[in-house]
This record gives sequence, C-alpha cells and structure tokens, in this order.
Amino acid sequence: MEQFIEWIKQPWPWWVAGPLIGLTVPALLIVGNKSFGISSSLRHVCAACVPAGIPFFTYNWKKELWNMVFVLGILIGGFIATMFLANPDMIVVSEATQQDLAALGITDYSKLLPVEIFSWDNLLTGKGLLFFVIGGLLVGFGTRYAGGCTSGHAIMGISSLQWPSVVATIFFMVGGFLMTHVFLGPLMTLFGF
Amino acid sequence: MKVADKNKKITPLECEAPNMQEKGENLLKYLIIGVLFGIVFVKAEIISWFRIQEMFRLQSFFMYGVIGSAVVVGMISIQLIKMFNIKTLTGEKINIPKKEFRKGQIIGGFIFGLGWALTGACPGPLFAQIGSGFTVIIVTFLSAVAGTWLYGKFSDKLPN
Repeated sequence: MEQFIEWIKQPWPWWVAGPLIGLTVPALLIVGNKSFGISSSLRHVCAACVPAGIPFFTYNWKKELWNMVFVLGILIGGFIATMFLANPDMIVVSEATQQDLAALGITDYSKLLPVEIFSWDNLLTGKGLLFFVIGGLLVGFGTRYAGGCTSGHAIMGISSLQWPSVVATIFFMVGGFLMTHVFLGPLMTLFGF
Repeated sequence: MKVADKNKKITPLECEAPNMQEKGENLLKYLIIGVLFGIVFVKAEIISWFRIQEMFRLQSFFMYGVIGSAVVVGMISIQLIKMFNIKTLTGEKINIPKKEFRKGQIIGGFIFGLGWALTGACPGPLFAQIGSGFTVIIVTFLSAVAGTWLYGKFSDKLPN
C-alpha cells in the first residue's frame, strides 16, 4: 500500500493521463448522453447569473446543471490531488524551456505555476492585468466564439470525427504559437516584468 | 422531437441532445467523473503553466502525448459505441450533436489560443488550478466569464 501511495504521488506520465482523459468521453456519453465539454460551463454561469436579456444567455440553464457539477468536481479533484497526492519535488521542466523562461524573468519551479506571475501580490499591477484579466478575457471570449475549447473541440470533436473541430484546434495552436513566440516577450516587458 | 427544431435559433449550440433536467443524486455521477478528471489534471501536471509553455515552444512531447492519446482513446470509444450500438445507462440511444462549421472556429479559436498561451490554461485546468490552491486564478475565471458574456452580448455583430 505504501508503495502504491509513493507511486501515485509521482507525476503521472502522458500515456496514463491522456487515455484517462480520453475515457471521459465515453463515460459522460454512457452515464447521461452528455458530450464532453468544459467551456460551456462559463456560458451557463452567464445565463444563470447575468443573462441581461441577451438571447445567447436566454435558455434553460438548469438543464445544463450537470456541466456545472462536472466542473465543480474538477475543482474538488484539484484540491484532493494537491492535498493528499501531491508530488513533493520541484516540477521537472525541459532545459530549453527553462532557458527561454529565464530570459523572461521566470526562474521559480517550486510550484506547478510560476509564483512570479500567479500570486495575489500581482493582482493590481500590470502583471495581473496581463495574465489574469486580459488572459481570462481572451480565453472566455475565444472559446465561446469558437464554440468550444480543448475538451469540446480538440478531444470530443476530433474523437467524433468532426472536421470543424480540427479547424478550431489548428487555430488554437496558431494563436498559442504566435503568443508564445512573438507577443509574450514584448508584452511581459510592457507590463512590468 | 421535431417540435424542438423550432427552438434552434435561440440556442444553436446547447440543448440539442435529448437531455432531461437531472437533479440531486443524478448529478452526483458527474461530480465523481469531474473529481477523477481533476485529479488526473493535477497529477499529470497538465494544469501547469510550464507544461503549456513547453508545448508551444515544441520543447517537450508531453502535452502532445496527452492530447493525442486522449483523442485516440476517445475515437476508439466512440467507434465501439457505434459498432455495438451501446446505449446509455437509462437505455437512451447515444447522441453526439454535429458541429457546424462557422468562422468563429477560426477567429475565436485563434483568440482562445492567444489566451491559452498567456494563462497556461484552457477552461478545464482553470478550475483545477483554483482547487489546487492558486486562488488568484479566481480572477482569471471571472475574466473568462466576462469574456464569454462579451461574446454573447456582441455575437450578432461578429462575423459568424
């Protein structure tokens, strides 16, 4: 048992995590005929809290409660994994990435997210504006405009052989590559790193 | 079922599946699947900003392995469901809504990609990050809700 706990505390390899994530697709279908998707939950939050008479948010969101319960579960799962199954060691990141990030002023690998960026101290600064506010807006606006995110399009959509999801996934990657290689450095300098 | 088509204009994306509203203990199963999913997210460090940076810098195979193998397993599962005509637990026929192509998948997809590389998280990991104790991500989540709301507000003025 102790060995099992030791083993489970190690970071899981991709060939364990990927298939488990893939199994969410049939699990949701079989359990309740639900299509795997996460960004819709953001829409349901809007519909439930601030519909403001906008047609896009005027629907029976209570029928989609399952989706909000599902994402609540993800939050609780994150808590359980961190409280009881956390890896005590520093995160292992590729040498090349470490070099690139050092040039941007990111050198702390003690947590899963760099504390230089993701801390409350940065909230009311340019850093917080860039990573929390602008980043969040882009994620929320973009996923809804695209009609899905990595789960709804890249995993559920491509799994069910829908070509519009392949298009969406390609453009997720194009946006990500462009941000990482072209905009990220200048933006971080501009916003106070 | 044909009556439902009339409502399609108002809600083009959701609510097409024959989803009945579920309550209480029926929702528990989704909570459990979510919990397991969240544990995988954290244990495989998929919620890490560093992993997303490695991915977009092409300096690690990890995330490509995760997403690629998830797609393969999902694809095989759906083929098996179709091949053996597997029903839901309550005996319903499994229904996968068709995704129509829209310009949004290009423009919106691109915009999401920009945000993904900044936040290091797609919507799923956002929730797991908050649960992991990175409470400041609540701000990112609220911004993402605001972004979704802005899309809803202006969707009829955007190219679609």
